[in-house]
Amino acid sequence: MSSRSGGPLLQLTLWRFREFLREPEALFWVFAFPVLLALALGIAFKNRGPATVRIAVEADSSAAHLQAALDSAPGIEAVMLPREEARDRLRRGRVALVVRAGEPLVYLFDSTRSEGNLARLVVDNAVQTVAGREDVWEVREQPVADPGSRYIDFLIPGLIGMNIMGTGMWGVGYGIVRQRTHKLLKRLLASPARKSQYMLSHILARLVFLVFEVSAVLAFGYFAFGVPLRGSLVAVAVVAFLGAMTFAGVGLLVASRARTVEGVSGLMNLVMVPMWIFSGIFFAYSNFPEFLHPFILALPLTALNDALRAVILDGASLIAVTGLLAIVSAWGLGSFVVALRIFRWE
Amino acid sequence: MSNVAVMCGGLVKRYGSVLAVDGLDLEVRKGECFGMLGPNGAGKTTTIEMIQGLLEPDAGEVRVLDLTWNSHERELRQRMGTQLQETRLPERLTVRETVTLFRSFYREGCSVDEVLDKVAMGEKSNSWVSKLSGGQRQRLAVACALVSIPDILFLDEPTTGLDPQSRRQLWEIISGFRAGGGTILLTTHYMEEAERLCDRVAIVDRGKIIALGSPRNLIASLGADDVVEFALEDAKMIDHSLLQALPGVQQVHSDDGKTILTVTRVHQAVPALMELLTRRGAALSELVTHHATLEDVFLALTGRHLRDE
Repeated sequence: MSSRSGGPLLQLTLWRFREFLREPEALFWVFAFPVLLALALGIAFKNRGPATVRIAVEADSSAAHLQAALDSAPGIEAVMLPREEARDRLRRGRVALVVRAGEPLVYLFDSTRSEGNLARLVVDNAVQTVAGREDVWEVREQPVADPGSRYIDFLIPGLIGMNIMGTGMWGVGYGIVRQRTHKLLKRLLASPARKSQYMLSHILARLVFLVFEVSAVLAFGYFAFGVPLRGSLVAVAVVAFLGAMTFAGVGLLVASRARTVEGVSGLMNLVMVPMWIFSGIFFAYSNFPEFLHPFILALPLTALNDALRAVILDGASLIAVTGLLAIVSAWGLGSFVVALRIFRWE
Repeated sequence: MSNVAVMCGGLVKRYGSVLAVDGLDLEVRKGECFGMLGPNGAGKTTTIEMIQGLLEPDAGEVRVLDLTWNSHERELRQRMGTQLQETRLPERLTVRETVTLFRSFYREGCSVDEVLDKVAMGEKSNSWVSKLSGGQRQRLAVACALVSIPDILFLDEPTTGLDPQSRRQLWEIISGFRAGGGTILLTTHYMEEAERLCDRVAIVDRGKIIALGSPRNLIASLGADDVVEFALEDAKMIDHSLLQALPGVQQVHSDDGKTILTVTRVHQAVPALMELLTRRGAALSELVTHHATLEDVFLALTGRHLRDE
């Protein structure tokens, strides 16, 4: 009397696949969005030649010669402007520095901005050279733009980490809460389906999608921008796997009691937004004050991103990133244990 | 082997200060279709969910197929089928995929095609659930309950919100399961449904059973076969004692400006009523007679209607 169905675990996992693959929006956010983001940021922050420093010279009868000399100096674009307008552009950041001719020469710039400080050095160098300064030590310049040290190289592993977090949280957390509000969890509870198989089906589906979402971004970085893959694929796979498990666990925890989709969305943002900011997706967390570092380093996404960068960019072995993986796994394990204890089926 | 499919005694469930189920006793025999009839909020869903082991009773005892949830949950889950109120099956699965999913949970059962035929959903087997009408969704929910060929089927308001045709289709499916020897426990607030499907009906109000028996016996307990409802112009009223004295009149109620008589011999009662009204100089604005139903039983017992529209 029994018919072929391949067992409950297979059917539950197929259910997860089908729901995901039949939701075009979900496919976009998981696969297309990170690639588009990488493309946009990769182009925006493409390493260019040395940036031109834009400055203004305050209009004055004696300033014409100075403006011409500065404008012809390499890397400087100098315009002559009336005093008011020059100050106005400085305030708006359209010029980095204003020169007032006279004895002594006056530089007006915002010393808290790196553009201002850069302009001060470049302009002063040009002024002193024109005035006949002799360099006492000979130097030679050698520009470097190796793959592995550009912004796009920094970005790609961060995007992979961000995607692993997002899909884990949304895929597991949102899916479960929707099934709870639709009373589907209760319906499953009334059937002989095992709770453990239901949970496992979420994890298995995550693993299959993980392979595709990680390789999509990695392959895009490699082929479009030449982002290197220096570590072994096995190491990348292990790091990504642990990351995915951890965020599936966090997603489960966030979803374990929420009764509404709105409620769980809020909770997920509460968890994810700090990590978007602090965990070094788009810029290094070293930009944050020193006293925040212990907190930032303890976040699971920080550890995951650091491990991904170490393996992808530096060719680190799994042994070298054991400490980071321990942080990631501890979060995952803790989340699962708590989630399973407090999980609400109806 | 006893012939009792469901036994519960002294069931109590509280939600905060609200007593949803108030010491309810119930016995469903094997092979019968047993209905719990009552208005919304009477405690029917809470009761059927406690019987299905989905809610923990605050007090009382439940035995299903001679087993308890504490000792034999896995076996009971294999042997029961259920349709819960307000379950929304996965929107982006097809009908066939949905039934296949539920079939996979059970050791034994029928084939997916067989059960889809049974609920007349064979033609829709490749449609997404999101494309189904309310009646089709409900038939699919019942298919998921029947695919294991359960010993006992629990249906919580199986036809609420459906059009008359969909309702009749579901009634046929339910009757078919009953005819095949299955036991059914259902809840409803439609008296036609209870009369049509159920061998025995428990009328539930405020968490308690207030009447129990076959639909025919319950109606007979009114001591009358027919109901006469009338209203007078200018909202006049006739003294109840005068009405009570008319031939064949068993009971007199007033409800929402109308007077309701339960009568045994409608052919005598109506002419006598007309004569009384003429004598009193009262003019009718409305007069309706119908055979007595479970609705009238509920009204006679509680003074309220089953459906609070």
